[in-house]
Amino acid sequence: MPENIPANNTSGSSIMLKAVNLTRKFDRKVIFENVNFELTPSSATAITGRNGSGKSTLIKIIANLLIQSSGELNLFNKGEKVKKENVFKYIGFVSPYLNLYDEFTGYENLKIISDIRGSGHGNIDNVLKRVGLYNRRNDLLKIYSSGMKQRLKIAFAILHEPKIMLLDEPTSNLDLEGISVVDDIANEYKRDRILIIATNDAHERSLCGNEINLNEIKQS
Amino acid sequence: MFKQALAICKKDFNSEIRTRYAVNALLMFIIVVISVIKFSLGEDKLSAEMNAGLLWIIIFFATSNGLSRVFVSEEERGTSLVLKLSSSAGSVFLGKLIFNTLLTFIINFLIIFLYIIITGLDIKNLALFSLTIGLGNLGLSAVMTIIAALISKASSKGTLYPVLSFPLLLPLLLAAISATTLTIEGAPIGAIAGELQMIASYTIVVITASFLLFELVWHD
Repeated sequence: MPENIPANNTSGSSIMLKAVNLTRKFDRKVIFENVNFELTPSSATAITGRNGSGKSTLIKIIANLLIQSSGELNLFNKGEKVKKENVFKYIGFVSPYLNLYDEFTGYENLKIISDIRGSGHGNIDNVLKRVGLYNRRNDLLKIYSSGMKQRLKIAFAILHEPKIMLLDEPTSNLDLEGISVVDDIANEYKRDRILIIATNDAHERSLCGNEINLNEIKQS
Repeated sequence: MFKQALAICKKDFNSEIRTRYAVNALLMFIIVVISVIKFSLGEDKLSAEMNAGLLWIIIFFATSNGLSRVFVSEEERGTSLVLKLSSSAGSVFLGKLIFNTLLTFIINFLIIFLYIIITGLDIKNLALFSLTIGLGNLGLSAVMTIIAALISKASSKGTLYPVLSFPLLLPLLLAAISATTLTIEGAPIGAIAGELQMIASYTIVVITASFLLFELVWHD
């Protein structure tokens, strides 16, 4: 039976993420199949499941970084379907396999990304202060610790104030202060936007109200 | 789209200046090849056909060494996700194409400059020679850019690059070698108009097809 997450109250919401019978295979191996959900603003959903159950694969598909084998995944803004090539504008994404540019400083990384996105540089300092990297903004990324790199990934994700925040194991490598930064951001996003966290960590799960458990979805 | 592409191109230039991924290898290759040619020739002079053939062999292998880096380094370092989450596929391709075209022009200027100094090559129609090399460079960088995107996800990148690009580039190389030979001998525009038309048409077709295909290559 497919997993179904009920839609939240959609009145007044401007954005909706809807998956119907989402299935992903690698060669003939089915990673997950028939995943269904409908998410609207003010929701926080944890994607859980044992190792290899497809948590990261599902979050990549939602971010339009990977294509599903079958099924449909659509993003709607004010009732209009968002074109696939524009999905990135709505997405903030943090994951262990995302890397920023080692040869640039923390500030330069965010400046480059703002230039590529075509947004201004006005928000960079605020975001760096928020993740606690402002004093180290002029250091090259190659001398950052793994925790600092994780903080910069969070800064990258919130820089353009996206409507959907996708976090894949967001507190990995973070100290207590870093975890508190993630908590603040998660709480802020679940107030009026869509938050999705792929995790098995009890604390990260506690930030979410809904759960998609991939263990309960048929795999072969 | 063009503004985003320029931002990506600028990022690649700054990255190249700091990391010298391509430049060091290219410089070594160019110096070694041209030195070997000089030592082999001694004081002998080559025919226009031999000079044109040798020049395009050096250009082909030099660009094979350098141009694949634009996508390969992004995939190897895990930074391609940053681009996927910050801009459309079309902007990424255009940015990489502009960067590769500029890099090809710089490389080829250096190759031709050193080749003329070391071998004493006498070009009778320099304006048409430059036009031929310029058009050839554009076609070469267009093919090399889309092939670089294709091979960046493969495991044996080094071998695949020349193997895949050579058959695609053969029509361009044959026309470019023929036109270069004629310009070295001092032929007027009428004598090489057919070759120039062929190179220009080929380049337009490759760039158009690449824009249509790149979205598929980039997202899976």
